[in-house]
Amino acid sequence: MGAPLIQSALHPAGIQAARIEHLWWVMFWVCSVVFVAVVVAMGIAVVRGRGAASSASEATLARSVAIAVGLSIVALLVLLTEGELVGRGVASLREQDPNALRIQITGNQWWWDVQYLNPNPSLIVTTANEIHIPVGRPVGIVLRSNDVIHSLWIPALHGKRDLIPGRVTEIWLQADRAGFYRGQCAEFCGLQHAKMALGVVADLPDDFERWLTQMRSPAPAPTTPSQTRGKDVVERGPCAMCHTVVGTLAGGRTAPDLTHIASRSSIGAGSLPNTRGNLGGWIVDPQHVKPGNHMPAPGLSSEEVQPLLDYLETLK
Amino acid sequence: MRRLMCLLACVAVAAAGCEREARRYTELPAAANRSTAVRLTMLQPGSPQPLSNVQSPYQYNAYGLSEGKRLYAAYNCAGCHGLNGGGAIGPALTDDKWIYGSHADQLFSTISQGRPDGMPSFGGHIPDQQIWQLVAYVQSLAGMVSQDAATSRNDDQAAAKPENRIEDARQIQTGHR
Ligand code: HEC
Ligand code: HEC
Ligand SMILES: [Cu+2]
Repeated sequence: MGAPLIQSALHPAGIQAARIEHLWWVMFWVCSVVFVAVVVAMGIAVVRGRGAASSASEATLARSVAIAVGLSIVALLVLLTEGELVGRGVASLREQDPNALRIQITGNQWWWDVQYLNPNPSLIVTTANEIHIPVGRPVGIVLRSNDVIHSLWIPALHGKRDLIPGRVTEIWLQADRAGFYRGQCAEFCGLQHAKMALGVVADLPDDFERWLTQMRSPAPAPTTPSQTRGKDVVERGPCAMCHTVVGTLAGGRTAPDLTHIASRSSIGAGSLPNTRGNLGGWIVDPQHVKPGNHMPAPGLSSEEVQPLLDYLETLK
Repeated sequence: MRRLMCLLACVAVAAAGCEREARRYTELPAAANRSTAVRLTMLQPGSPQPLSNVQSPYQYNAYGLSEGKRLYAAYNCAGCHGLNGGGAIGPALTDDKWIYGSHADQLFSTISQGRPDGMPSFGGHIPDQQIWQLVAYVQSLAGMVSQDAATSRNDDQAAAKPENRIEDARQIQTGHR
């Protein structure tokens, strides 16, 4: 196999997805057998033609119909039982685990706002568009929406769950294997629905703790004159109206948190890989990359862009 | 002849529909460049000049108006002027009385420059294009934009009429009283 399959329900990386995959294969084989049986029966009927049927007795016909109905019912029962078992299995993780991690994901047109919940407010971590989860630990994801209905679907980890404005839903999942998985909004939510992806990084527990500690730190102070100028652009330019960079004057709440933007693997909710060139392109004209998204072209002068990039690259 | 009229009518409807539906994501339309100085008073030296008739480029544009509505909440205008513009620590925007005037260019400078009794200045913080969207939305709160382009009811319970059901009234400029 070539590229790793990061968004495939047939390559599960967690217990729920594995159960869903199992159900899929049961359904596939039952339906295949039924399909083949129907086609074969039809073929026989065609080959034998009318003659045979008219000579068959009423009793033989009745028996054939009874057998067909019986087989359909058996197939249906197999599917129903299997579905019920899988449903229970998928739901079983929902039982509160004291060790569980709680993450709140809020859907926005067209990006994901992420908060790692904690009873101690000063330990809450805010980020966007990319989550890290520890391997082997149940994760409860609380889902909300700020505008329209979205749906979270990380095929390698679980099925879909809608994000509904004014209603809180929750989904439990667990990754059993470290790696990068891709989630996607699965409910049409407007123009840029297709470019609304969620990166999921399943870390070994130690890596996860290290990452979480790093995320709790504010943005580092700039060290070079260029970075200082870049920070100035963020604080005084339009960015601060919408974006937050913890540790600076930028405290906007209508756009992805940028405090650790340099540590994310993509920008624009999975639209582009996070490289200096792409970041520059996004900042100069986000409407070119993702037409209609809610970040307007900020109208920066060319002397502002390079220092801004120098600064953003320090936000690890 | 009748066929020609029919055709012309269709073209006119289509053209009007186009402006309503246009989504201009980047460029700032030419009308956004204000040509006349904004006046807050009718007192003028010499013979009085007529008021400018600059309009927000989003006056007839459903997308621009809905963006204005979104930004009105996102930039917290709602926090001071009320969620439906009914007024709080900032004056009501739904009535027909305006301290600093209701013309598009007057509203633009109110939002862009701020006003002394507590209205923050948004100019330089947000793109001009968004200020024009806010101007159009504020005008829609007082029924000053075309009803078929104005935003419709909120998803949640609303105490006020939706913007596209507000009728135009004669707006007056009161100044501080
Ligand atoms: C009017 C609000 C607004 C302003 C002003 C604004 N942004 Fe944004 N920005 C957004 C929104 C909304 C998004 C999410 C867009 C999407 O992915 O759909 C975004 C996304 C981004 C992203 C990608 C984040 C991610 O995780 O994918 C970066 C980087 C960014 N903006 C930088 C900036 C910088 C730098 C400035 C100032 C020059 C700025 N923005 C000004 C609203 C704004
Ligand atoms: C901090 C509170 C505050 C915020 C936020 C705020 N305003 Fe105001 N606004 C005021 C106050 C107070 C006044 C009255 C100023 C005066 O009388 O000098 C005012 C005046 C105005 C006026 C002039 C009304 C008139 O009668 O002439 C308009 C229009 C207006 N605001 C629109 C907005 C818009 C649009 C936003 C969001 C982009 C906004 N305001 C955000 C407090 C606020
Ligand atoms: Cu969507």
